[in-house]
Amino acid sequence: FVTNIRSLCTARTHVNYEVKEDVAVIRMNDPTSKVNTLSVQMQNEMIEVFNEVLANDAVQSAVLISSKPGCFIAGADINMIQACNTSEEVTKLSQEGQKMFARIEKSPKPIVAAINGPCLGGGLEFAIACQYRVATKSKKTVLGTPEVMLGLLPGAGGTQRLPKMVGIPGAFDMMLTGRNIRADKAKKMGLVHQLVDPLGPGLKSPEERTIEYLEEVAIQCAKGIVNKKISLTKEKGMMQKVQDYVMGIEFVRQQIYKTVTAKVMKMSKGLYPAPLKIIESVKAGLEQGPDSGYLAEAQNFGKLAMTSESNALIGLYHGQVACKKNRFGVPERPVKNLAILGAGLMGAGIAQVTVDKGIHTVLKDTTVEGLSRGQQQVYKGLNDKTKKKTITSFERDFTLASLTGQLDYSGFEKADMVIEAVFEDLNIKHRVIKEVEAVIPPHCIFATNTSALPIKDIAAASIRPEKVIGMHYFSPVDKMQLLEIITTDKTSKDTTASAVAVGLKQGKVIIVVGDGPGFYTTRCLAPMLAEAVRLLQEGVDPKKLDALTTGFGFPVGAATLADEVGIDVAAHVAEDLGKAFGSRFGGGNVEVLKTMVEKGFKGRKSGKGCYVYTPGLKSKDVNPDIEDVLEKYKLTPNPLVSSDSDVQYRLVSRFVNEAVMCLQEGILNGPVEGDIGAVFGLGFPPCLGGPFRFVDTFGANKLVEKMRRYEEVYGNHFTPCQLLLDHAKDSSKRFHK
Amino acid sequence: SQRMLKQTLFNLLKKTLAKPGVKNIVLVEGVRTPFLLSGTTYADLMPHDLARAALQGLLHKTSLPKDAVDYIIYGTVIQEVKTSNVAREASLGAGFSDKIPSHTVTMACISSNVAMTTGVGLITAGQCDTIVAGGVEFMSDVPIRHSRKMRKTMLALNRAKTLGQRLSLIGSIRMAHLTPELPAVAEFSTAETMGHSADRLAAAFGVTRLEQDEFALRSHTLAKQAQDAGLLSDVISFKVPGRDTVAKDNGIRPSSMEQLAKLKPAFIKPHGTVTAANSSFLTDGASAVLIMSEEKALAMGYKPKAYLRDFVFVSQDPKDQLLLGPAYGTPKVLARAGLTMDDIDVFEFHEAFAGQIMANLKALDSDWFAQTYMGRKVKVGAPAMEKFNLWGGSLSLGHPFGATGCRLVTTVAHRLLKEGGQYGLVAACAAGGQGHAMVIEAYPQ
Repeated sequence: FVTNIRSLCTARTHVNYEVKEDVAVIRMNDPTSKVNTLSVQMQNEMIEVFNEVLANDAVQSAVLISSKPGCFIAGADINMIQACNTSEEVTKLSQEGQKMFARIEKSPKPIVAAINGPCLGGGLEFAIACQYRVATKSKKTVLGTPEVMLGLLPGAGGTQRLPKMVGIPGAFDMMLTGRNIRADKAKKMGLVHQLVDPLGPGLKSPEERTIEYLEEVAIQCAKGIVNKKISLTKEKGMMQKVQDYVMGIEFVRQQIYKTVTAKVMKMSKGLYPAPLKIIESVKAGLEQGPDSGYLAEAQNFGKLAMTSESNALIGLYHGQVACKKNRFGVPERPVKNLAILGAGLMGAGIAQVTVDKGIHTVLKDTTVEGLSRGQQQVYKGLNDKTKKKTITSFERDFTLASLTGQLDYSGFEKADMVIEAVFEDLNIKHRVIKEVEAVIPPHCIFATNTSALPIKDIAAASIRPEKVIGMHYFSPVDKMQLLEIITTDKTSKDTTASAVAVGLKQGKVIIVVGDGPGFYTTRCLAPMLAEAVRLLQEGVDPKKLDALTTGFGFPVGAATLADEVGIDVAAHVAEDLGKAFGSRFGGGNVEVLKTMVEKGFKGRKSGKGCYVYTPGLKSKDVNPDIEDVLEKYKLTPNPLVSSDSDVQYRLVSRFVNEAVMCLQEGILNGPVEGDIGAVFGLGFPPCLGGPFRFVDTFGANKLVEKMRRYEEVYGNHFTPCQLLLDHAKDSSKRFHK
Repeated sequence: SQRMLKQTLFNLLKKTLAKPGVKNIVLVEGVRTPFLLSGTTYADLMPHDLARAALQGLLHKTSLPKDAVDYIIYGTVIQEVKTSNVAREASLGAGFSDKIPSHTVTMACISSNVAMTTGVGLITAGQCDTIVAGGVEFMSDVPIRHSRKMRKTMLALNRAKTLGQRLSLIGSIRMAHLTPELPAVAEFSTAETMGHSADRLAAAFGVTRLEQDEFALRSHTLAKQAQDAGLLSDVISFKVPGRDTVAKDNGIRPSSMEQLAKLKPAFIKPHGTVTAANSSFLTDGASAVLIMSEEKALAMGYKPKAYLRDFVFVSQDPKDQLLLGPAYGTPKVLARAGLTMDDIDVFEFHEAFAGQIMANLKALDSDWFAQTYMGRKVKVGAPAMEKFNLWGGSLSLGHPFGATGCRLVTTVAHRLLKEGGQYGLVAACAAGGQGHAMVIEAYPQ
């Protein structure tokens, strides 16, 4: 090999290249970050290198590769977009990106993108501008256009190149869902040309050798393209020809735009502008030609970057990143053995997200039936993954080998942490804590999974309250990302660090909040549900109530949410928190919920609640029998505060006010955790970015104005808290900078 | 002859590996049927027929009385369901006394190694003095089953009591029921085929296509030379019922580098390096060895061929280290025997794939690998090629999975005799990420 290192004399820090025979190997590595992003620096150096490669007569082709282990390019640099003040500036950014990738696409020397690790957003747009793509089959290698999740669109040619590469339906699917695509799927879709297997131990570390191997294969491809052994025009299969023909019919394309738009509108309720702009940009390119297409993409990108929705979603993204870190440091000893008490929906769910993380998990229940049900739930969770082929049947079995189901406390002397998920009753919890503390080692942490009981009340029965902590999981545990950790003033920092570490291992987004009735999430939800009950009493039909809440951006309507949470749980919480916070938590009559429970309408789990649930049926009808209950507790609505919009703001303002009060009282550590908790735990509209960002965007004064109007009718249920009033008074005050 | 004298003196100076208080166990004889490409002359036989042929060959060659054996053990991988204890069916069919117990073992490509070491264990424990161990593999016919759905229906049909029940079960049969189930070619735990894993292994160790093709050509060339020179004396001739007598392995095909280079990769396409020509091929064949305590062998008037000394079994990650058994087993068995690589005169490694052999040699020769994965301070080094698989190997002679181990041990014994060496080393990899290594010492002639 004639190796020629050309990069030594330049001062480039992010991009370099080396010529191997006649192939330029361009290597990217951002020394300031764990991942590569298309920052200004990266782009500038890339253009410089690209120019040199083009000018170098000894070079026939090029390979683009990252020398960072496990990351190709994670995306554009979000800060670069956020630093812009006008949509014109962002449009210009987009156009610069488009220009750069247009040059790559038209390069007379073929460029092979060698992908290992995430290839997302701008990274994907870069890769698809190259002439050829080789990707490793590593689990870390994913391709995708996640811009839509940040309220943006692929703004560097993605909306124009993807439809040509993977077809119109495939491109819409990628860009509108933003989902990650694994390498093997990407190959099938035509997004990459060739796959490379990750390697195991050899004469170097597997990671290092895998990248080297990827580079070797990519170099072969580059040479193959130059000497025409590899053709860039892929021979189309029959299906592809048929699809191309069909897509060539304008009428068909119009139908697709129509269908996709209708679907987007149904899903987003028109609250998210990005998907519509994506459709618009694709359409412009396909119907009016590339010039219009690229222009539409850049302009729409600029417009979207200035929307409050994008701002909210980017805020959530940053918040989520922040809530995936352990601000309490590294715990003294890692949890290797975890015991869970109670194999119910919650307990088994916690086991499910723990057992595959290399933690030995004990699932304990009091009856064989309860335990079997829980074990089956864990098995099913893993088996579903096997069916979807994300894990093999062997991996499923191997994982399950770390789960022990039992009815007694044997082996608890080895437990590093116990999470109890038994019935929500203080006496039972006290009995359990005493039983457990008699058998666990001194270092073992006792975590309680409760949704409303104050932790200090539970810890009252403990002989070592510094080891007691609350871990509030959300149902279904394997789907809901949030974990709310509750510390009392006696909980030690190491206990907290350990609980956060376990939660992070379980893949959770974590907020750590102070102790108090309902902590943060349940406390915000309770007044909103009280308001929902009042609305039902005032004659708002459950379906209408759901439509108004989802129309505001909640993923689940208020009536459905009550059914999901369980009417009995809702009644319990309403009563408990009602006692703790007094009349402020009033609104709907708790008796409504209690009567429903008496009649057996406990929500989805009992088959009837606000709705009737028929197994196997997705659609549901309003439970006709609740009309009697509502009739009994009927209230007359006040027309002054009962318009559709008022109904929405009555629900939301109580939620938001309570959230702000939690910050005011120090239950919350900051507005970021407040927003993350509300969105990921309770489904607060993501397009609003959480209650705190909502106040910032909507205006505290406007919100207070509305609340005062409701307060006149309903009293202290709508009295704004002091912190909210402060923000209303001084418009320069903001929760988020 | 001066060289011979020097060698003899040198050998005398080398210590014997006999251990005080441990019985000396000897290999008296080893034979095998010719190894044939599956689907050729053996095509109409059953596995135990091949094993019978090997056993009869052993009886013939050693003039062993048919009741003088204490125990018979056979190794096999793909089991014929009708003869799941193939050791018993073969020994009965070969005319051994029906008073001799026999059992079958399986450990993928090192199944007959397990058969032999089980025998060693029985002798060491004082249970037996005379053992016949062997292995058989028959790839011309493999059990192809009905689908699980069909099997379930058929079993239910067995239990059905009324005509109505039977009809409704028969009525439930759909096209999907009729898809047959082939024996798995992939590793159960990882779902990866062995060839695919071998290609990744070769890449991990940076083994080039050229190196692999060269090694494959070497194997075939050496095998051809050994065959022509009549060195493969363990091969017996076998009159196949209804067919001709076979007396030679039929997979040995020395080709040219140009021919080998023409082949496309067989597993990882298009950039892989493992091809049909640098992999071992599907083979039918059986082997058998006579193992005895030294005392008993001498008492019966045999002249043993070699001592079977220390052995180890190793296992590692079945995904990324599937075929590294020799790399792990060799240093371990050398340490047990108190020997170094230089002490070994004869190496016989199982050649599953040329890439696998080259990867193992590179692993043995790497300090980094020894330190990172084996917890050793330094490498043991790679075997010298002038001592390595000099009479061909699995790539050229063929590889009947269950039978290869006995071939390796017998070849070491024969080569030690022929070349005048003192110590030999056998090493092999096997599916499941397992491996075996054994030290063999020449019997003083």
